[in-house]
Amino acid sequence: MHAVAIDERASATPILSVEGLVKRYGGQDVVRGLSFDIRRGECFALLGPNGAGKTTTLRCCLGLIDPDGGAITLCGEPVPKAAREARIRVGVVPQMDNLDPDFTVAENLRVYGRYFGIARSVIEARMPRLLEFAGLSGKGKQPIRTLSGGMKRRLTLARALVNDPDLLILDEPTTGLDPQARHLIWDGLRQLVAQGKTILLTTHFMDEAERLATRLAVIDHGTLIACDAPHTLLAEHVEPEVIEVYGDEAKAWAGRHGRHIATRLELAGETAFCYARDPKPLLDDLAGRPGVRYLHRPANLEDLFIKLTGRELRD
Amino acid sequence: MHSTALAATSGARHWRPPSFSTRFYPVWQRNLLVWRKLAVASVLGNIADPLLYMLALGYGIGALIGEVGGMPYVAFIGTGMVCQSAMFTASFEGMYSAFSRMHVQRTWDAIINAPIALDDVMLAEWTWCATKALMSTIAILLVLMALGYGRTPFALAILPIGFLVGLVFGAFGLVMNALAPGYDFFTYFFTLVLTPMLLLSGVYFPVEQLPTWLAAAAQILPLKHAIDLARPLMLGRIPDAILLHVAVLAAYAFAAYYVALALTRRRLLK
Repeated sequence: MHAVAIDERASATPILSVEGLVKRYGGQDVVRGLSFDIRRGECFALLGPNGAGKTTTLRCCLGLIDPDGGAITLCGEPVPKAAREARIRVGVVPQMDNLDPDFTVAENLRVYGRYFGIARSVIEARMPRLLEFAGLSGKGKQPIRTLSGGMKRRLTLARALVNDPDLLILDEPTTGLDPQARHLIWDGLRQLVAQGKTILLTTHFMDEAERLATRLAVIDHGTLIACDAPHTLLAEHVEPEVIEVYGDEAKAWAGRHGRHIATRLELAGETAFCYARDPKPLLDDLAGRPGVRYLHRPANLEDLFIKLTGRELRD
Repeated sequence: MHSTALAATSGARHWRPPSFSTRFYPVWQRNLLVWRKLAVASVLGNIADPLLYMLALGYGIGALIGEVGGMPYVAFIGTGMVCQSAMFTASFEGMYSAFSRMHVQRTWDAIINAPIALDDVMLAEWTWCATKALMSTIAILLVLMALGYGRTPFALAILPIGFLVGLVFGAFGLVMNALAPGYDFFTYFFTLVLTPMLLLSGVYFPVEQLPTWLAAAAQILPLKHAIDLARPLMLGRIPDAILLHVAVLAAYAFAAYYVALALTRRRLLK
């Protein structure tokens, strides 16, 4: 009984808690009072356009940079004060691969394990499973330069698991990968969540967040705009049906008809995005009109993201 | 006002004292493992140049001038070359190799995501520079001994001097590394620091041959102090003013390391 109670309390404490985080660069606020909690066992996605403050937030959480305000607790340790102790329980997959090019596949895992003070015998015992997880069984002696981009990414992921972490932090884990390689990474991440690992990832791929995240936070200009389970956020912020209208007459149609029928309509280039609770009036109106084509689909996270962060380009 | 004050405190954080922890060891060991893969090429690369100079100038010019400073010219220039190669080896490691690991391969980024602080990485790089300087020192000393010079137990005391020279110039190199936008930047260090150091510290001829004012100025050069320690040892004699020479070298080493560490923190921890 007692043990169960403690267990429940432990799982109720967030594995990472960020409260009122502030980070300034040269007088400009990059992160402005950001707060969120990550619960044990969830896959939490941090979404935001380029420059929203995602990577800065991760670096603060790892204690690599000192925040200008706020409090961070990672794996029970205050950060940045005890960041090093906290990182013993954390695995990190950086945005850019930084495997050691002078070492083989297995040496990369072995040397990285030593940075955690893990005994050689323990690393060797974990090695076969790590290689298998990376899809590199039997390739331990291969040099890094012979690996494909997807293999490197998987090895980087396996390297982040060398200390058997409680929390895995991934910064844009599938950027630059082809679809096959992305699916393999996603499978790997789902396996890890199934094993009880907690994952925090940043991404600007909506399909990635949609497939993986149990909860997501949208941040922009360094503040939190929304944070909840994907379907809850969708239900809360976006009309359930979307009809994308394009073709020569799309713009004219949107101005004359679409605008009055849709609950909400947005123009982006030559396409009109019509959002509606009931799609039927729109579909009836569009049926048989010359010069327009359309696509009817359910609303997805991309619609949510655009609604919350706007359509303008970021650099 | 407010943001200026904050910028000042974050600047001050970079200048806090260095932390020295045994956590540097796995990082140092990583460099050793890489080196072992390329050991032969690396040693040859480090000592080929000084060896050629030593043999060509030592025998070529040595035949014309005989003894210098109470020793055959080959031994004279050879002792200088021991210190010089320690200097070059550590400088190269602190600049080009460290820059590859820090900036090109992003090896340091990977390491500081593990429970290792940037201070630990820097301590590892610094001592690794000195380790490589020590290896060059050993290699050239062995050649000198094979040629029949420095066969005295005192010559063993040159090894820690080589290591100390490595700490000085490794730290100088790491200062440059912290400031470098690219590899080209390191040329300044060769032109402005290493070449004058090489010509004015008494590697090729005794410093006393220089005009008085220049000889006096040469007293501030760390390489000069290393050579003042090494030459008598080669002849089996105890050098004069050991404490002074060691203190000058140690002061250069620690001061430069402190600057290198602060500048590296400023570069990477932001």
